[in-house]
Amino acid sequence: MIPIGWTLALSAVLFCIGVVGVLVRRNALVIFMSIELMLNAANLAFVAFARQMNSLDGQVFVFFVMTVAAAEVAVGLAIIVNVFRLRETVFVDEINLLKG
Amino acid sequence: MVPGLFVGFGVLLVATAVMVILHRNPVTSALFLVLSFCSLAGIYLLLQAEFLGMVQIIVYAGAIMVLFLFVIMYLNLQHDVETGAQIAVRRGIGWMVGALLLLFGALLVHRGWAPGPVTPAPAEPAVGNAVAIGRVLYSRFLFPFEITSVLLLVAMVGAIVLAKSRTAPNDSEAA
Repeated sequence: MIPIGWTLALSAVLFCIGVVGVLVRRNALVIFMSIELMLNAANLAFVAFARQMNSLDGQVFVFFVMTVAAAEVAVGLAIIVNVFRLRETVFVDEINLLKG
Repeated sequence: MVPGLFVGFGVLLVATAVMVILHRNPVTSALFLVLSFCSLAGIYLLLQAEFLGMVQIIVYAGAIMVLFLFVIMYLNLQHDVETGAQIAVRRGIGWMVGALLLLFGALLVHRGWAPGPVTPAPAEPAVGNAVAIGRVLYSRFLFPFEITSVLLLVAMVGAIVLAKSRTAPNDSEAA
């Protein structure tokens, strides 16, 4: 059996990579992919604890997280397409209409 | 055998995830993300979550990433232009925040968790993982499961309304 510490460490590393991706990149699509990485890091932690606790609840929760991720991607990509139509860019620092 | 596979999939996962955020071309990033989802599915298999491993490949690597690739193709994106002092500063801050977060995570993992009820290796379930998950999903989690369908419907309607072309309002009135 894989020690839970290994899985949690992997999950933490994956989450940090996602955070860095959101902070460093300007392309809204790549930022979206980084958010997916973070969601998957959380899923990995859920599965690891489900294995540790010998319970299926964590896995069911991962199932729901995947559903929410699919919905989020569909709506988010539609928003990005809309922003691209209006502003001709997907770079988040050029989408600054709300800047005071 | 299993720890070796875990390390292999883990290294592949971290390497491809790093490539996702480093590569300039969004299409290449998306394809690396597919690879990292597949290695994550391998890790799920090792953690005895066979159903989730398959769903990971079908839903994430299949459906969600195809959506990403279609949008990238539709927008006809060029390579990112990432120059200038402001962007360099922001990139430095981003990596620093990530490193701090990683340090924090390492501290948390290193402290050791209260292990909880560590049950000995579970007796081999008589039914498969998918059957067991289905039993839980359709009994204890039935209500959230139904709510999920409403959520998906709302997302579908929202995506269609948002992505609908508004350039020719006269056409829709005529129709």
